[in-house]
Amino acid sequence: MSRYIMVIDTRRCVGCMDCVVACKTENRIPEGYTRDWITETVRGEFPSLSMEIRSERCNHCEKPPCVGCCPTGASHIHDRGGVVLVTKEKCIGCKACIASCPYDARYVHPEGHVDKCTFCLHRVERGELPACVSVCPTHCMHFGDADDPHSEVSRLLASRKGHTLMPEAGTGPRIHFLT
Amino acid sequence: MHSVSRRRFLKISAASVIGGSLAGHALSASVGGAATRPTGEVSRIPTFCDVCFWKCGAIAHVQDGKLWKIEGNPDDPLSNGRLCPRGTGGIGAVTDPDRLRTPLLRVSERGEEKWKAVTWDEALDFIAAKMERIRREHGAESMAFFTHGIGGTFLKNLMKAYGTPNVAAPSFAQCRGPRDVGFRLTFGDDVGSPERTDIANTDCLVLIGSHLGENMHNTQVQEFAEAVGRGARIIVVDPRFSVAASKAHHYLPIRPGTDTALLLAWMNVIVSEGLHDRAYVEKHGHGFDAFAAALAPYTPEWAFPETGIDPETIRLTAREMARCKPATLVHPGRHANWYGNDAQRSRAIALLNALLGSWGRKGGFYIPSSMEVPAYPVPKYPKPARAKLDNPGNKFPFAHETITTGIREATLSGKPYPIKGWMVYATNLFNALPNEEETKRAIQQLDLLVVVDVVPSEIAAWADVVLPESIYLERYDELNPEFFRDPFIALRQPVVESPDDQKPNWWIAKRLAEKLGLQAFFPWKDIEEYLDTRLRGAGLSLAELKRKGIVRGPRQPLYFEEGAPAEFETPSRKIEFYSNQLAQAGFDPVPRYTPPEPGPAGSFRLLFGRAPMHTFGRTQTNRLLSDLMRENAVWLNAVAARRLGLKTGDYVRLRNQDGVLSDRIRVKATQRIHPECVFVVHGFGHTARGLRHTYRKGASDAGLITRYKTDPLMGGTGMNVNFVTLEPATEA
Repeated sequence: MSRYIMVIDTRRCVGCMDCVVACKTENRIPEGYTRDWITETVRGEFPSLSMEIRSERCNHCEKPPCVGCCPTGASHIHDRGGVVLVTKEKCIGCKACIASCPYDARYVHPEGHVDKCTFCLHRVERGELPACVSVCPTHCMHFGDADDPHSEVSRLLASRKGHTLMPEAGTGPRIHFLT
Repeated sequence: MHSVSRRRFLKISAASVIGGSLAGHALSASVGGAATRPTGEVSRIPTFCDVCFWKCGAIAHVQDGKLWKIEGNPDDPLSNGRLCPRGTGGIGAVTDPDRLRTPLLRVSERGEEKWKAVTWDEALDFIAAKMERIRREHGAESMAFFTHGIGGTFLKNLMKAYGTPNVAAPSFAQCRGPRDVGFRLTFGDDVGSPERTDIANTDCLVLIGSHLGENMHNTQVQEFAEAVGRGARIIVVDPRFSVAASKAHHYLPIRPGTDTALLLAWMNVIVSEGLHDRAYVEKHGHGFDAFAAALAPYTPEWAFPETGIDPETIRLTAREMARCKPATLVHPGRHANWYGNDAQRSRAIALLNALLGSWGRKGGFYIPSSMEVPAYPVPKYPKPARAKLDNPGNKFPFAHETITTGIREATLSGKPYPIKGWMVYATNLFNALPNEEETKRAIQQLDLLVVVDVVPSEIAAWADVVLPESIYLERYDELNPEFFRDPFIALRQPVVESPDDQKPNWWIAKRLAEKLGLQAFFPWKDIEEYLDTRLRGAGLSLAELKRKGIVRGPRQPLYFEEGAPAEFETPSRKIEFYSNQLAQAGFDPVPRYTPPEPGPAGSFRLLFGRAPMHTFGRTQTNRLLSDLMRENAVWLNAVAARRLGLKTGDYVRLRNQDGVLSDRIRVKATQRIHPECVFVVHGFGHTARGLRHTYRKGASDAGLITRYKTDPLMGGTGMNVNFVTLEPATEA
């Protein structure tokens, strides 16, 4: 078995959005939509400030509420790496999954089906990294198998402090942010 | 469905630093879905990028004859296989619905954007006839050429063949000029582009107003992230808590315009505590004692009320820089035209580096090299009858490049001789030069204004003839034998054909030369023959470059300790701590501090800068990049915003000290900026109607820069001398 995760080093990230535009070209995302985005969290008052910059996307949760609530089985967990996917032919566009997602990671594609990050499974199957990871000029993004203790992502998680988004939602998010 | 899409828009915009909502943005539903993935064979064609001037090596992926995506070329030492967002989004320039498609001839008043589509022959015949007439009636020097980037090479050659010396790029007097002058005066050389900054190996990086990460010069940002990752000390000086500031160990929230005071105080600490690189200064320095004496008054206590940086922080950071020397890099910046004293401020940066011994040292400034590629043999260009007129009487004695605004001034005055024609290549002068009205008045003196561009920019709107150039992914350009850490030669080659009647600049130059009877200066059959001849002179071939995109040469010694030559082309042949040539010309031999002039009460100093996904004002119609940032926002200190009753997302207009009112712009109320200033990303608020997608989206900083302060050393235009107030705006 494998369990794909992303580990993103917020110290290196400059929020340039190369990940966003790379995803858009790689996956031919229509104008006006995107599967990933940049969030900044600023704390403090001028000039004593800190800021965390994060590249965010679907968390490919361990317990994805979007899969449980899908009436047609379009939203599902793929065998490979536990990636959460949407079979567009099965999707009826009811948006239950969108309502259930604590991360607001899904949108309705102009063709009528729901769309979201796939961890670029089509690339991963060819032995390539997800597009966002492969273009990042700051090398802040890492992708790999959390079940392999020797993988880069496992080593990074073991050696650095980090957090996930809204762990209290109980969905088991698999995008980790190093701080 | 629509409401959900809207939610996506708001999320991206609210999340992004740069703000600007995408809501209300018309949706295009025409593009195929993600899962309908084409299966045709993908060809990979190497070339180099042109979305900015960094010239990163790229590989275009073409599937079923259509451009699919662009990635970095792993062999390219600039991109290291990874492009920036603009490079990745470069394909949006090809499909941009707003791009120019055919030559246009003006049919009404200048600026009214009323055109007649014409053939290339009609357009070029019109230009040739006007240029002939200008040469006959006023002399060839009465044509001026404004250009930016490597694409302008062939048109520049045409202007030289025609016989004018008046060729200028805004990259000097509106951008990096003061920096280059400050470094030349000190080290006898400038830092070049790409800059010779050894961020990759630095132990302490000092950024003064340089917002790396937002300013997305690819190699520098890559090396910056690397430096952050390996724990190099980072010191950031900026009135805005920039992205770089958020990575810093020390963030110094300086009062805008007081950088020279901080630099002098830092040097005062280093010299008075004896922390400088004594052996280096002794071996390479000239005039150190006089320099040290001149620094004496500039204590941290003196600098405190000017800069707002407390004396202990000044001392602490100065000592930290000294501790890491010579692997301390005080970054020279790039856009340096701020306050009109910029060459001297840049010289202070150079001097601080000199004290730390970082020039020619690992982790400081390396010595770059390039590969030799012989020129294609052409006849000698004619010597112009009159000298260039941008700098009459050598008023700016240290200007080593042509001053754009000097040409504009001469066009307005007709002195020392009239300028009657402008050709403008790939630079939107209304965005680049300060004071739009002066540019408009100068244009009204012209018999001919030709603009070569890819989109109908503001300067194109005022042209008599607009020539549509092919996008960089559709054309060959001049070779790039780059001066860099690793020398290399790169080829730009077409990866797709131009969709309409656009032409590459080499074709435009050659065809116009033929019409002007200057074909002898373009003796090559076509660009492939030209490039192949040059490459064969270097022992290479076009076929090889077409296949590889880049050929690298052997790395030369980078540092003095590796054997790189320690040569300084200053009058003393040393690093000039005290500058006799400045003293002789009547300037301060050691930089001095002049406080910035305050603005009207209740106003904010207008600062501008970059966002990572846009280049100048030329990418806002690229739909891939505009999806990342559709409008700019005005950054306003959160406390000031509360006082003014403004909150994030509110639309306002900015009114400057001369009453000029901007287009509406959203407020970004934030803790991340000094209360004395506001900040906008440059390149928005377009007023050319042809730029349909971005027309009047956000506010133009250029429109508000009615004042500028000219640098007495080199004629650069300091532009951070304008002030604005904010007025609520509800209607578009």
